[in-house]
Amino acid sequence: MENKRMKLGLTILAFIITVLHAIPFYILITTSLKEQGDFSSRWVFPDYFSLENFTTAWQEANLGNAMINSLLITTGAAIILILLGSMAAYPLARKNTKLNKGVLVLFVAIMVVPPLTALVPLYQMVVDFGMINTRTIAVLVNAAAFMPLTIFLYSGFIRSTIPKELEEAARIDGANTLGIFFRIVFPLLKPVTASVLIVACVFIWNDYQFAIFFLQSSDVHTLTVTMDSYFAENQHNLGLVAAGAFIAMLPMALMFLFLQKYFIAGLSSGAVKG
Amino acid sequence: MAELTSESQSQKPKNYKVAKEKSLWWMYLPAIILVTTFIVYPFFNGVRISFTDWDGFSQTSNFVGLDQYVRMFSDPTTWTVVRNTLLYGIGSTILQNAIGLGYALLLNSSIKMRTLTRTIIYLPVIISPLIMGYIFYLVFAFQNGALNDALMFFGFDPVNALGNPTANPFIIMLVNVYQFVGIAMIIYLAGLQSISKDYYEAADIDGASKWDQFKSITLPLLAPSITINVVLNVIGGLKLFDVIVALTGGGPGDASQSSSTFMYSLYFSRQDAGYAATQGVLIAFIILIISLLALWYFKRKEIEA
Repeated sequence: MENKRMKLGLTILAFIITVLHAIPFYILITTSLKEQGDFSSRWVFPDYFSLENFTTAWQEANLGNAMINSLLITTGAAIILILLGSMAAYPLARKNTKLNKGVLVLFVAIMVVPPLTALVPLYQMVVDFGMINTRTIAVLVNAAAFMPLTIFLYSGFIRSTIPKELEEAARIDGANTLGIFFRIVFPLLKPVTASVLIVACVFIWNDYQFAIFFLQSSDVHTLTVTMDSYFAENQHNLGLVAAGAFIAMLPMALMFLFLQKYFIAGLSSGAVKG
Repeated sequence: MAELTSESQSQKPKNYKVAKEKSLWWMYLPAIILVTTFIVYPFFNGVRISFTDWDGFSQTSNFVGLDQYVRMFSDPTTWTVVRNTLLYGIGSTILQNAIGLGYALLLNSSIKMRTLTRTIIYLPVIISPLIMGYIFYLVFAFQNGALNDALMFFGFDPVNALGNPTANPFIIMLVNVYQFVGIAMIIYLAGLQSISKDYYEAADIDGASKWDQFKSITLPLLAPSITINVVLNVIGGLKLFDVIVALTGGGPGDASQSSSTFMYSLYFSRQDAGYAATQGVLIAFIILIISLLALWYFKRKEIEA
């Protein structure tokens, strides 16, 4: 009896918390559905139905182009992280030489350094390279920023779960190191590869800090930079901003809802922001 | 330690080429080049720039010694920025952990709709903090913001929450907490689920109260989760950038600037790159000290427990 009442109380508490957390999304949706000049309370839905804000924001802000840029940059960085990161982690996990121990410490130390301190000098360097306003530089900088975490995740996994016997057997059969790594070890690293992929997807797709420094011309704008300038132009027409924001968050939100299990597992193993 | 012993055991009897002593350094060379070019080298270059009066675009700059550091420590904005950065870093961390642990305890009980609650709380984690900032702009805007719509509906005066220099750093902190409390929740939930029920049954038999059980069983066994959460949240919060840009742009004046937004505006709006670099060195130093302290403190707790 007592237990049942407590369970009911906790369920009500959970319900209230859920509603509180949903409020911002509710406000986003009501706002995005209201036409310009409709100043009715944000808490109520309009009594008409119009998706005009969505079509206008999509065209005006060129969100399609921004999505392609975000996708290209995220994919490029993820490929570099998975290939170079897993390859780098292998000797660091397997060969306990002094050099390798030092290199691992270096990578961990870099994780603590805020990339932002490097941004000011990096910007000038990128200008000197002539790489400003290219997607390539966004790929490289994001890959560099997440490389230490990637190596950390891969080397921990290789050390704790991949049996050495497999590699030793392959070596007796005459396989070379790179062959052993890519044919035998790499396929076994799928769980970490999934985590790295998810961390890359979420944090690089959402990156704003690097993008605002390096992607200033509109043809290479990512979703975040696009929304930044769209917000600046439409501060007095927030319906458009809301619709744009909704479109911008939709791809990641849908992926999250369908692949929730993997997202949560992947992010809690590597949940370090840029 | 385990891998060290297995290493020395397997070293002796092998006579084929195991390449044990080789570092295989060429496998991590590409990663090192990438990280050195884009993080390590610019970082040290930033330290060098902090001793100059570089404006950010000229080909030349002058070495000015410690001038920028003297200027930084006598600039009142530095203290606003440091205070805000610590508020975003440490304030967020305390709230995220307290609330995240509460949510985890709630979701670890046998209530209904657990999955829905978890999904809604976690959803903001995967959304861009910049977009999240705009969503909260709709809530806190002075004109036609959801907060003021509600206040006026109940007969109160509207508030200019984002224009208030005392209140808005706290609002920014709360938005950051709202967005990332899901990560703390999930890590605590995993921690709670790994604690064996036997401990609680034994404690029940001994007549320990629920609060005693929480203090003597749950908290000590959650120590590793606490360490991860604190370190993650502190590092994340100290680097806060996007939300501030979206909500206040660092203003009014410099009232809600964090180190990151302040550096950005010094570099791009005020052509003060040397000083921006000096601020960068300060924040790197603060992050380093706080991360090490947090790591040391909580590691010690873990060993005690």
